[in-house]
Amino acid sequence: MATATMGTRVPTQEIRQKKVWSWSQPWVYLVALVAVGVAVGPVLWVVLGGARTNPQFLTDPAGLPNPWNWGNYADILGGQFAQRFWGQLWTSSLIAIATTAGVVILGTSVAYAIARFPMRGTGALFSVFAAGLMFPATVGILPTWIIINEIGLVGNPLGVIIPQVAFALPTTVVILTPFVKAIPNEIEEAASIDGATRTSFFFRILLPLARPGMVTVGVLAFVGSWNSYMLPLFVLGAGGAPAHQHTLPLGVQMFTTQFSASMTSIMAFSSLALIPALVFFFTMQKYIVNGLAGAVKG
Amino acid sequence: MSTNVEVGEPRADTARGSSPALRPSKRKVRWFEVAGFTVPALVVYVAFVFVPIGFGVVMSLHDGSRIAPLNNFVGLDNFINIFTGGRMFGQPFFWDAVRNNFLIAILSLLLQGPIAIGIALLLNRKMKFRGIVRMLIFVPWIVSEVITGVMFQMLLMPNGAIAVWLERIGLGSIAGTQWLADIGTGGLTSVTFWTVMAVLTWKYIGMAIILFLAGLSGIPDELTEAAQIDGASWWQIQRKITLPLLGPTVRIWAFLSIIGSFQLFDMIWILTRANPTIVGMDTMATYMVQVGMSRDRVGYGSAIAVVLFVITLIVALTYQRFILNRDIGKES
Repeated sequence: MATATMGTRVPTQEIRQKKVWSWSQPWVYLVALVAVGVAVGPVLWVVLGGARTNPQFLTDPAGLPNPWNWGNYADILGGQFAQRFWGQLWTSSLIAIATTAGVVILGTSVAYAIARFPMRGTGALFSVFAAGLMFPATVGILPTWIIINEIGLVGNPLGVIIPQVAFALPTTVVILTPFVKAIPNEIEEAASIDGATRTSFFFRILLPLARPGMVTVGVLAFVGSWNSYMLPLFVLGAGGAPAHQHTLPLGVQMFTTQFSASMTSIMAFSSLALIPALVFFFTMQKYIVNGLAGAVKG
Repeated sequence: MSTNVEVGEPRADTARGSSPALRPSKRKVRWFEVAGFTVPALVVYVAFVFVPIGFGVVMSLHDGSRIAPLNNFVGLDNFINIFTGGRMFGQPFFWDAVRNNFLIAILSLLLQGPIAIGIALLLNRKMKFRGIVRMLIFVPWIVSEVITGVMFQMLLMPNGAIAVWLERIGLGSIAGTQWLADIGTGGLTSVTFWTVMAVLTWKYIGMAIILFLAGLSGIPDELTEAAQIDGASWWQIQRKITLPLLGPTVRIWAFLSIIGSFQLFDMIWILTRANPTIVGMDTMATYMVQVGMSRDRVGYGSAIAVVLFVITLIVALTYQRFILNRDIGKES
């Protein structure tokens, strides 16, 4: 489908470019340049700031590193802050990957049941999950904290993972159910003629077919988990987990409070905490954009 | 396995004259399959969404602590205190927080909406480097709230980078502004409030742009081409065709933005160094965390959460009733 529309679009775009709109091109580029500068400038400032020394920073906070000094970055990657940084990178990755896996596995299986099981109650099941959209995680944070404390998961990554999965399920089910419904019934009929049970159909045929939808919800869950601050603050921060078991956002905030005198170390730490997210974003950008668009249309 | 299929619904199958195996949707569902697919998700979901919410409501009727959340039943006293309580024990008026939430919600729409529509229209045009520009404009959206907050704290320091740049471009008179500590006479006269608004705009406008671009890509090229052939200028096309068709997307973005504004916590917490009260930047969520976590009054904090939920729900339902309703006919 996509290729078909592409085919018709290309020539019309060429016509349009020739005919109108060429007069404003310099302005378009100027506005785009300003927008990009505003968006990226502060981030660049932090990354470059990490390559400066504190005296350099204090004499000219807006300047460039002169000379370049990699000490701050070295301290974090292999020096006194290494255990903290790598520990937090590991914790953040563990929590984000486990959350994503949990959301995708549980969400897809429920969406399959809702979309395809011929029985009463699937509509009600959908409503139960859709109702969860009304309860943002913020509202449930205090009782969640106490429950996590009661079952002994405070300070444990699981105490962050499980509530994150639970609160991400409503969005996931709401996005995935129409997606599974759209997979033609004939495929399932054909599979069952070949002797596939529902379970084997799910694993061998539905999962590969539903992959784009799963990637979308997975990417959203991953980004949400990677950047989340409130739940880790309660479960890990207030729960008394040692610094190297914090997530990166929590770690950056704690680092800032603890080493507030060394601005350039804070900048280096923030930059390094930022890189994994940026790399993930640039590789997954297509899915993120599609996912957000789909979440709105669906 | 196949015997299970045969006994599915024999009558319907014979009536239709097709073999049972051809009609999987009529196949009997086995209980362990149903259970296998739904129970794990339901258990996690009910135990960690519904149970906490219910527990929170019960806690809000007590004045308990983290260790003993259900101690000291006080009925509706917490709620009465929220709405009538003054600055006793340094607690802010709840209404300050509510006012901040509403101001942030409204100003987010007014600031981000027009800028985002403008940038989205721009990026929707054919131009060189469009892919790279799109990607870079979304960078703030991927930077976590914490890093954004820490970054702007440092940029906005007294004698910090922003101050130096302002002086360099000849705005030395405002370079000495205490961006994060000048609250004026509160409300909209507070420099801090506008600084926070600016940071929020920087962080969340990328989300609006992504959504608007998705909406724009759904508008068929034929429409604008037809208008062009009829001699419409670029501005006329945008005003008369693109913007009205983008309406549904804008309304959904506004909905998400409003809900987000009411839940706002991270950015305020970081920008004010976990002490929003001093600079008059409390939101309902930061107030809840201060009371519930920092002061260990989880009952009172839960009551705030309940009020936050009810206010959000009322706003959401009102918005849906009066604004989103317009789109329902069109979209389906």
